[in-house]
Amino acid sequence: MQVVHFYVNGKPKELAVQDGEVLTDTLRNQLGLTSVKKGCEVGECGACTVLIDGHAQNSCLFLTTWAEGKHILTVEGLRSGCGELHPVQQAFIDEAAVQCGFCTPGFIMTGVELVNSGKKYTREELREAISGHLCRCTGYENILRALEKVVGIKS
Amino acid sequence: MYDIRESLTAHTVEEALSLLSTHEGMIPAAGGTDILIKVRERKLKAVSLVSILGIPELNTISMGEDGSICIGPVCCFTRITEDPLIMENVPMLGEACRQIGSPQIRNVATIGGNICNGAVSADSVTPLYALDAILTLRSVKGERCIPIREFHTGPGKTVRNPDELLTMIRIPKESFAKHGSCYIKFGQRKAMEIATLGCAVNVSLSEDKTKICSAAIAYGVAAPTPVRCTETETLLTGMTIGPELFKTAREHVTAELQPRDSWRASKELRIQLIKELVVRALKSAVIRAGGEVD
Amino acid sequence: MGIRQNAKRVDAFQKVTGEAKYVEDLIPRDALYVKIVHSTIANGFVKSIDTSEAEKAPGVEMVLTCFDVPKHCYITAGHPLSLDPAHEDVKDKHILTSHVRYYGDDVAAVVADTPLHAQLAAELVRVEYEEHKPLLTPGDAINAPDVLHDIRPNNELSRMDFTIKDGKPTFGTAEFSTAPEIAGRADLVGEQFHTPPVNAVHLENHSCFAYMDGRKIVVYTCNQAPHTVRRNTANALGIPVGDVRVVKPYLGGGFGNKQDTVYEPLVALLTQRLGGRCVAHICTREETFINTRTRHAFDMNIVSQPDKDGKLLKKAVRINSNGGSYAAHGHAITAFAVTTYFQTYIAQDEQIGESSCAYTNLPTAAAMRGYGIPQIVYAMECQMDDVAREHGWDPIEFRRKNMHREGFVDPFSGFVVKSFGLDDCIQKGCELSNWKQKRAEYDAFNKTSKDLKKGLGMGLFAYKISVWPLSIENAACRIIMNEDGTAQIHIGAIELGQGADTAWAQIASEILTIPENRLTVISTQDTDIAPYDNGAYASRQTYVCGGAVRKAAEQMRDKLLDRASKLKNVPADDLCLDSEKIVTKSTGATVASIAEICAHYNFFNDGFTDTEHLTSEATYTLHDASFAYGVSFVDLEVDVPLGKVNLKKVWAVHDSGTLINPQLAEAQVHGGLVMGLGYALSEQMLFDPKTGKPLNNNLLDYKIPTAMDVPEIEVHFIETYEPSGPFGNKGLAEPPILAQAPAVRNAILHATGVPLYEIPMTPQRLVHAFRAAGLIED
Repeated sequence: MQVVHFYVNGKPKELAVQDGEVLTDTLRNQLGLTSVKKGCEVGECGACTVLIDGHAQNSCLFLTTWAEGKHILTVEGLRSGCGELHPVQQAFIDEAAVQCGFCTPGFIMTGVELVNSGKKYTREELREAISGHLCRCTGYENILRALEKVVGIKS
Repeated sequence: MYDIRESLTAHTVEEALSLLSTHEGMIPAAGGTDILIKVRERKLKAVSLVSILGIPELNTISMGEDGSICIGPVCCFTRITEDPLIMENVPMLGEACRQIGSPQIRNVATIGGNICNGAVSADSVTPLYALDAILTLRSVKGERCIPIREFHTGPGKTVRNPDELLTMIRIPKESFAKHGSCYIKFGQRKAMEIATLGCAVNVSLSEDKTKICSAAIAYGVAAPTPVRCTETETLLTGMTIGPELFKTAREHVTAELQPRDSWRASKELRIQLIKELVVRALKSAVIRAGGEVD
Repeated sequence: MGIRQNAKRVDAFQKVTGEAKYVEDLIPRDALYVKIVHSTIANGFVKSIDTSEAEKAPGVEMVLTCFDVPKHCYITAGHPLSLDPAHEDVKDKHILTSHVRYYGDDVAAVVADTPLHAQLAAELVRVEYEEHKPLLTPGDAINAPDVLHDIRPNNELSRMDFTIKDGKPTFGTAEFSTAPEIAGRADLVGEQFHTPPVNAVHLENHSCFAYMDGRKIVVYTCNQAPHTVRRNTANALGIPVGDVRVVKPYLGGGFGNKQDTVYEPLVALLTQRLGGRCVAHICTREETFINTRTRHAFDMNIVSQPDKDGKLLKKAVRINSNGGSYAAHGHAITAFAVTTYFQTYIAQDEQIGESSCAYTNLPTAAAMRGYGIPQIVYAMECQMDDVAREHGWDPIEFRRKNMHREGFVDPFSGFVVKSFGLDDCIQKGCELSNWKQKRAEYDAFNKTSKDLKKGLGMGLFAYKISVWPLSIENAACRIIMNEDGTAQIHIGAIELGQGADTAWAQIASEILTIPENRLTVISTQDTDIAPYDNGAYASRQTYVCGGAVRKAAEQMRDKLLDRASKLKNVPADDLCLDSEKIVTKSTGATVASIAEICAHYNFFNDGFTDTEHLTSEATYTLHDASFAYGVSFVDLEVDVPLGKVNLKKVWAVHDSGTLINPQLAEAQVHGGLVMGLGYALSEQMLFDPKTGKPLNNNLLDYKIPTAMDVPEIEVHFIETYEPSGPFGNKGLAEPPILAQAPAVRNAILHATGVPLYEIPMTPQRLVHAFRAAGLIED
């Protein structure tokens, strides 16, 4: 067991974890952040994606002990103080980019990283940017449409 | 939960080396994306890991005094792909790194991990073979430099001793100055893919840009380790750029390789890819070196 | 808002905020975890199991082996109960088995306090096997001396054979055959097509947990047919149906693969044996691939013979379906496929169908989006192009000459086609893709271009919606009014991503005039509360279950009008609903609000009048069916030397009747279309031919398309009115997958002139075919 200090959705956390504990499990089981989904546990589906110090990563391939001092952001940390949705979340609703919803939180986190980058993307670049997330319901089309609404777009 | 006995973190190279020398079986972990999969697959059991991801001196990209490019092993692929020094001087390496795994993987997986993991399909390694990269390995006992071409000994096997840490990847200036290079990865998908075959070609041309001065041809997934096709390279050296050059490359590379049948790809497909990719990569490398192809 | 509107999904907010809880999110903290010991042979018997080491391992509570489970077999198919024994599903499954029938079969289960402890202990279970040679194909298995299930001594699960004359089938029984001649006739030598087993790859792995609440076993599971899981689980344990309560929370995709009962009986048995403690089983991705369900691999031999004018004279087909280790839906899927072959194009003289489904030593095949039809549509549509090409006909004109039209009577179920948009779908597809001009342009281009070829191809389908009359088509809905005019809607049918909850809310809103944001469709099905339903399959949710919602809403509307009429003394037949109010038809005057009526009847207290909580409940039975139609047009390039297909654009045009929610309908097509592209180009489950061991049961090696693999897609609808649907609608969930594989194949044929007879059309298959055809030289 080790004690890890890190920030989750802006709040400092001090947790005792086992050495082999993976970040997905810590977030889900210790902190109740179940938006972080488990689809493959080997970095191939993207459902467990969170932002670690601002960058999208698969939390299934990240030991919690490695998170010492880091800032973790999950979908639960996106809404404003008054509960308003993040623009990426709203775009996913408006563009019908949500179906079964299991991959959705992961996609949204990558979307937030893209929005925060301030960069512009072509549709092909957006495809590349979300290529670490598998979705079986949407064919990605409406996810791209949603992201195009909120991420600066290169024309 | 992974079957991990101990997860330690090193903050300096010395600290990491000391742990590797005193803890038998301790494995250095950088991005962790390969090693944790091995733990999950039960290829590694009750392991001890030391994280080296947070060691600042291993996370640098710079140009040495001799003009060589020095890459710290824990640089993640995203960083390499976006680095101006890399993209200006060895764009092939940046392009190869951009085709690894997925954006989330590239945000954490490192070039040093890709090299030390020893997979024949490692997309960053084949270009480094064509660039004659030099690896620096350190232990508490000292330091040694070896060409990457002598580093891999078989699938998943390298000459790195358990107490050694890869501390530097150096690309000599003579490998990239006035060169043109190209890496082509062949996979079924455009993302989230393991290479069915990878081919890297690095060339320099004569002053008038009509002849090959030097050629390096490297393949991944065409033999038990990444390999160079030195005999073909010799044949190409001095040849005039034209159909005969590409024909020579196409006809001779297979003899130097050992493509095999597996459920991932038939030998027939691999041979066809070997022939076709070398021509495409060579053409592109020639163009990048300032030459013309029709 | 009502129907024919782009209402936002009623569950979208919960899903973008992470509030939506799926099974794994709901596992209680004190749960125990199961790890299954899977067989390391594909065929044979467990001789002995040594659990002594595993039992001593840290955290272990119990090791259950195949010798400790109930001896009787049970049904796993997610089908309605059939009261006719001839149509009953096959009972061939034990909770754990000593007769191993596929590589990875379940022979023991370890229960421990954590998933890791269960896994480590499972590795300590020692199993001794008697190993038999794996029988991996129908040809290997049928009539082999090694019997996989005693109920089928020749390893043939089912047959359906018939000839159709004058629109009527005559059934017989043919012999299993792999010969080129169909029905042993030299004039019916067909073309052989093969499709592989594939996996649904829903993002949520199969997961379930169970605990006891008094005498009752409560099972949480991500299942598409909760009421059927309840019955199958009760039967597996030998307890009353009423002693099992199944809860289905939010569900992360299923595509048919979650229609069957998989590990629910195991966790139910374990909780029973462990004094009611909660026991959870979460499939790994590797297990979801192998231990749940797959799509049947088909070997198809088909014949389409036209006269000189392009009218089909003879059609014949033989399907040899690989059912895998357990029956599940094998009989039904094979029958559905062989009959569907005779529904789209009609031959005038002779139509012969033969089909067989084999027990083999592969993972169990069952329902997956399209239920046998992606396979047969692929073969049929490829052949239509081949025949047209052979005769120099335009492939579309050839199709038009032979396809059924409005008024067609299905030879098998006898229903009449009452809405037919296929002609318009084809027309629209031609316009969008610029069919004639682009085909000619590409023909010219391909004459001179050697390594790069361009092609435009198409495919179409007619897909029967509803399982009537073979099975019952019924659904139930309950509406509960609140005192402020809001309401809850209980539906037994389920949401699994397709948008059904939203469509139902729109249907209820349409009738009751209450906006969707004042209606709550209960997304969690709890079999102790939810009215009965057969499950989410056959593209029936809006078409059939929508009828139940309509019926319950109409009952509620009539009840509201009746109560308002009594309360306000206005004739009921002059009343209607408008914007949550009861108004008179004659003057439009408001009589009362819905809220006022609900509050009055629930709370009126004059000391003696009986009160009434306003609810309605209806069971709807459909005695009809319809065809959904559609086309796919695919524009692509082929990099010949690399065998690589670069998709440029896909146009899909569908007739699913009248759309309830056009935006969600389009989204449904996007997803199905891309699943179809994966089926065409990259997806296949691979097994070692010697051992039957799975080779690619993970998301790296099993290749579903990523966002970078998907081309530009464009979706259009031809809206017709289908009288058997609640609002003119038909089904849409399965159809989008159907025409993609043949459209891609026909485009490759157009580009290269090389016909391919097997999917997926991987670079390896293309390079081999191009080398054989001389397109690639050494």
